Amino acid sequence: MVTKLKEVDAVVVGLGWTGGILAKELAEAGLKVVALERGEMRTTADDYAVPNIRDELRYVVRHDLMMDTARDTLTVRNNPSQEALPMRRLGSFLPGDVVGGSGVHWSGHTWRWTDMEFKARSMYEERYGKAFIPADMSIQDWGITYAELEPYYDRFEYTAAISGKAGNIGGKLQDGGNPFEAPRARDYPLPPLTPILASVMFDKAAKNNGYHTFPRPSANASRAYTNPDGAKFGACQYCGYCQRFGCEANAKGSPHVAVIPFAMKNPNFELRTHAWATKILKDSIGKKVTGVVYTNVLTGEEFEQPAGIVLLCAYVLNNVHLMLTSGIGAPYDPASGAGVVGKNYCYQTGAGATLFFEDRHFNPFMNAGGSNYTMDDFNTNWNFDRGPHGFIGGYNIGGGFNTALPIGYRPVPQGTPQWGRAWKSATAKYYQTAMNIGASGSVMANRANYLDLDPTYKNAFGQPLMRMTFDYKDNEHKMGRHAADTVNAIAKSMNPTAMNAATARTDPWTVVPYQSTHNTGGAIMGVNPKNSALNKYLQSWDCHNLFVVGANAFAHNASYNPTGPVGALAYWTADAIKNRYIKNPGPLAPA
Amino acid sequence: MSDPKQSRPKLARRDFLKAAAVGGAAALPQAAAAQQPAAAPPAPAGYAFLNAQEAAFIEALADHMIPADALTPKGTEIGIHIYIDRALAGAWGKGDRLYMQGPWKTGVPSQGYQLPLTPAQLFRAGIDSSNASCRKTYGKTFDRLDEKQREEFLAALAAGKITFDAGPPSRVFWTALYQTVMEGMFSDPIYGGNRNKAGWRMIGFPGAIAVHRDNIEKYRDKAFPNEPVSISEMS
Ligand SMILES: Cc1cc2nc3c(=O)[nH]c(=O)nc-3n(C[C@H](O)[C@H](O)[C@H](O)COP(=O)(O)OP(=O)(O)OC[C@H]3O[C@@H](n4cnc5c(N)ncnc54)[C@H](O)[C@@H]3O)c2cc1C
Ligand code: SF4
Repeated sequence: MVTKLKEVDAVVVGLGWTGGILAKELAEAGLKVVALERGEMRTTADDYAVPNIRDELRYVVRHDLMMDTARDTLTVRNNPSQEALPMRRLGSFLPGDVVGGSGVHWSGHTWRWTDMEFKARSMYEERYGKAFIPADMSIQDWGITYAELEPYYDRFEYTAAISGKAGNIGGKLQDGGNPFEAPRARDYPLPPLTPILASVMFDKAAKNNGYHTFPRPSANASRAYTNPDGAKFGACQYCGYCQRFGCEANAKGSPHVAVIPFAMKNPNFELRTHAWATKILKDSIGKKVTGVVYTNVLTGEEFEQPAGIVLLCAYVLNNVHLMLTSGIGAPYDPASGAGVVGKNYCYQTGAGATLFFEDRHFNPFMNAGGSNYTMDDFNTNWNFDRGPHGFIGGYNIGGGFNTALPIGYRPVPQGTPQWGRAWKSATAKYYQTAMNIGASGSVMANRANYLDLDPTYKNAFGQPLMRMTFDYKDNEHKMGRHAADTVNAIAKSMNPTAMNAATARTDPWTVVPYQSTHNTGGAIMGVNPKNSALNKYLQSWDCHNLFVVGANAFAHNASYNPTGPVGALAYWTADAIKNRYIKNPGPLAPA
Repeated sequence: MSDPKQSRPKLARRDFLKAAAVGGAAALPQAAAAQQPAAAPPAPAGYAFLNAQEAAFIEALADHMIPADALTPKGTEIGIHIYIDRALAGAWGKGDRLYMQGPWKTGVPSQGYQLPLTPAQLFRAGIDSSNASCRKTYGKTFDRLDEKQREEFLAALAAGKITFDAGPPSRVFWTALYQTVMEGMFSDPIYGGNRNKAGWRMIGFPGAIAVHRDNIEKYRDKAFPNEPVSISEMS
């Protein structure tokens, strides 16, 4: 029995970064908004406070804030000829499962993606010719421009308390920032974090190699801050427990600090926790959605929440899963290339070196999520000629640590025994005297990488699991080799006592260990309903009152972390709904 | 068959005495705790999951992998066996957050863990198979091997050279086993291992103290001197 509830103006599925932003904005615009969040409420005072939050086993190893794979997971395989099997426990990526979503336990690295991503196909074709793009690489322009998003990036950066240094204000290069960034209207709201020793050393070495390092822009407030809505942030404590933890100091730009409290105090807004959305309902002709079916996971009861507008904000993977299980949009078929839902799923790649310095003392437990330097010379730098290297996309490089806790982080030189006295003395010595340099690389969309429904395995609600078919292609391997060479050259120039060199990845993508929660694509934005699921306002081409907000909209994955454009697009969509859609419901862009 | 009970009552008694001696330590504030001489937190002895044979295996393993030296006491004195026992007895051991629906297929390594076993079941089967393998090669269970034989067996297990006749893939067991030893050494003492913060002390990890705003500059390229602090000491 499904209990039908009273209709509301808008229902938001998932209350993390995107859901938090949209819930707040739409409630403030006067809409009656209900948010359905599968997880529970957790607060800084009760849940993220010292000492209990300082528990690596609970939060890092046992995934206390993250999705429960016993209830719902994906099946995974590297290519369509394999049989997909369930990801039986978390590994490669760690989506959140509490109010605030992954925004509670992210590190906060926040980037502005540029036209080099949004116009990837046209820029590469123009410069290198059509033949430069491999036939199976399904990159396409996103249908949006950096200039359109600039004010929304700004909005997100000021909301989420980003510390950083501008590199380009209004076309004028700024000392100490990223010289390759696109022009911004103004600097970050907060000055950069204090860099840790490892990063100071990386910065110097990279500069000596002719590269342009700058402090990593991060949602770790370098000092106390009040955002434009009035949310109060404490100063970052460089606590060393950032990634995968909630922030005790309220210094991390997290939705449960930055935006959700403003939705909560608005009488137009209602949050239902433990509310697991299972289906988006359509009207009889399939032109509009009518609401959301959800299960109260505390009682097992099912409800239908009718709504004028449905906003899917349940993270990339759940957004696409809900579209597939609800039959919204044509599922993508890798054989023919037809269909759009599930298309262009992407991930990230990387290469890293560990450097050992016997005369240094790094204190790897002292750091913020982003207290390090990074460089963009092989990423958002169109002057870097990819022609001779034969790859599309790029990578950024950073040096230092982020959350280097001892169950997971115990660097030793290759060849060290795995146990016994020699292992102990090496572990003791190198915990303090090792540092990392790592590259994070883009993944271009490929015809054979996609999401669909698994034919065999089911979740706790009896629905088919989503099936992820993904592997790195030649483009990523070429880029990985270039990245490993660059990392190793910088590392060697630092004269470490010993070094575990970076190697380009050649083996298939695996579901263990953790790599990044930077999944993208599957319901992408574009200008043509034939090859995209959403228009540039993240509005479904099929049902105009459905908006699907998140990195699912990315047509491919850059080397940057995703949440800068995720947050900016959430504000962009909110504005489109507030200023245009409410007055005149219908498609916001011509098909 | 070995009789592992021989060594265990001794250990249990020692644990009990230590626990009794430091009964109230949990309430000490951070500063006071730092002044205290090395004292074990009150991790009760005894096993909640492991049977006698399994306990003997885990104790022998802990002491072999973490031998006593100037850096730390041996594995059982750090409580690694207690950590593993409690982990297996608890939610994790029983398959919390593990997708446990069939069909069960081997798959390829990139698809991750695919056995129809909870961690507790995996350890049970893995220890049994390890002992069977040791009996075949050495005529004794793992806990009865001498140091050289233990080393030889573990090296083969780690290298994937041991095949369990009827048990789970030996590499899958080894990976899980190794990880739990590391957890027992480096997780907060609240879970029964890392007793007296021995693992943290060994590497100079300060534990739960985590306000480093001023320390980034102050301790740049310098050792951070503080005694590690655990959750119970701050509670
Ligand atoms: C460990 C880690 C580190 C990261 N570091 C960075 C970083 O440094 N920089 C960066 O840019 N990004 C980072 N990310 C990614 C970042 O967290 C995400 O990009 C961001 O949170 C996405 O916002 P979202 O709103 O799409 O999803 P989320 O913030 O995850 O919110 C989705 C919400 O939907 C809920 N939900 C899901 N399914 C349902 C359902 N069926 N019914 C009801 N509710 C549902 C979830 O419980 C969750 O609360 C990191 C992520 C992780 C896990
Ligand atoms: S490093 Fe800073 S922002 Fe991150 S959790 Fe610690 S105090 Fe918060």
